[in-house]
Amino acid sequence: MRPVAIIGIGKTAFGAFPERDLRSLAVEAGEKCLADAHVSPSQVEAYYLGNFAGPSFVGQNHLAPYIAGAMGITGVPATRFEAACASSGSAFYHAVSSVAAGLNDVVLVAGVEKMTSQTTPKVTEILAGAGDTCGEVRAGATFPALFAMIARRHMYQYGTTREMLASVAVKNHENGAKNPLAHMRKVITMEQALKGKPISEPLTVFDCSLISDGAAAVLIAPLERASEFTDKPVKVLGVAQTSDYVALDQKDDITTFRAVTAAAQKAYKMAGVTAQDIQFAEVHDCFTIAEIIAIEDLGFVKKGDGGPYELAGCTKLTGPLPINTSGGLKSKGHPVGATGVGQLCDLVIQLRGEAGERQLAKHSLGLAQNLGGSGATAVVTILGVA
Amino acid sequence: MTSGVVYTETVVHAAPEQFVADAPYQLAIVSLEGGGRLTVRVEGERVAIGDRVEFVEDRNGISFFRKA
Repeated sequence: MRPVAIIGIGKTAFGAFPERDLRSLAVEAGEKCLADAHVSPSQVEAYYLGNFAGPSFVGQNHLAPYIAGAMGITGVPATRFEAACASSGSAFYHAVSSVAAGLNDVVLVAGVEKMTSQTTPKVTEILAGAGDTCGEVRAGATFPALFAMIARRHMYQYGTTREMLASVAVKNHENGAKNPLAHMRKVITMEQALKGKPISEPLTVFDCSLISDGAAAVLIAPLERASEFTDKPVKVLGVAQTSDYVALDQKDDITTFRAVTAAAQKAYKMAGVTAQDIQFAEVHDCFTIAEIIAIEDLGFVKKGDGGPYELAGCTKLTGPLPINTSGGLKSKGHPVGATGVGQLCDLVIQLRGEAGERQLAKHSLGLAQNLGGSGATAVVTILGVA
Repeated sequence: MTSGVVYTETVVHAAPEQFVADAPYQLAIVSLEGGGRLTVRVEGERVAIGDRVEFVEDRNGISFFRKA
């Protein structure tokens, strides 16, 4: 297997953009990414696109060639990957596989979602399609409901509190307020977070990530060729994708995501590092409880210690293990298909030392964790300064 | 499918489009007496983790349970 590097990144702002269509967002991210690496569309050998529900949100199918063509990329494999909220994490995993195997050299990986053109109940219904529509969804489960049931069980088994959940939201908004590309750039207080409108008990609106439009892209190439394109290459040290049952009621223990623990172990092994070596991470905080479980499943803290660790401020920019320095899905926004690649862009920004007032002192080894559905797909990626 | 114990639960306030009229409603994952788990609606009194619940009926493909 050939070592692979990220040689360029490009992101749109995440937010609600009524005047923008899906294609224009994906094209903007892709063109910024190619410009970042000084690569022309004719040099791109394959286009991998993560998108969860373009057909449902905007009525457009055949998305990968539709977007690639608009960028002047034709005559190459252009394929859409769908794995719920891990769609672009999955696209990245498969793109890296192709470059590592020697099938392609310069590959563009993107993610996009255009969600805000639908009403919130309709968005809720479309997102629920990532659950088991013959079981939990038919009974009335939404994604907030599934994660609310996960939260209730975590609280019951480990004593996790509402304040611990809220502390994740407060911290992520604090970070997102400093991120020029974040959707909701405002600080919130613990009191606000605790008194938010109930969405699915015990989760309030402040425990839930945002409904956003946005796109992100990364350009990858064999590490041995990286210096042709950039003087700041980032090495893909480890990447793994794993699966589990879709329905929550089929999982033995819903306080852990087995797919995440498995993907993390594989990625750590591939990278030759341990959880304790990781300096910072972007994790999939679709709901506050998901960040708490993520830091447990990734091995950063012991099972059940995620809540107290968050409440103690250990994951803040100034803490021993900064988590979601971008603001996370909570504040940066969660255009679901763009989230996985967006996390990778955010890691690269830190690794390159370009995070401005959010810049960490230690920034040579970072991890991203992208979750699909209530844990049926997980992608864990470890990036390091090359 | 007669009775079971609540493994976890939530009360849904923000419902998907087809269930907006039902909200708020309680949803639970029940560990069934005969083994396995099922996601169900709970009617009547609200239940908590560990509560015993019993099957009421299936309506429109949804299993309804209530506190035993």
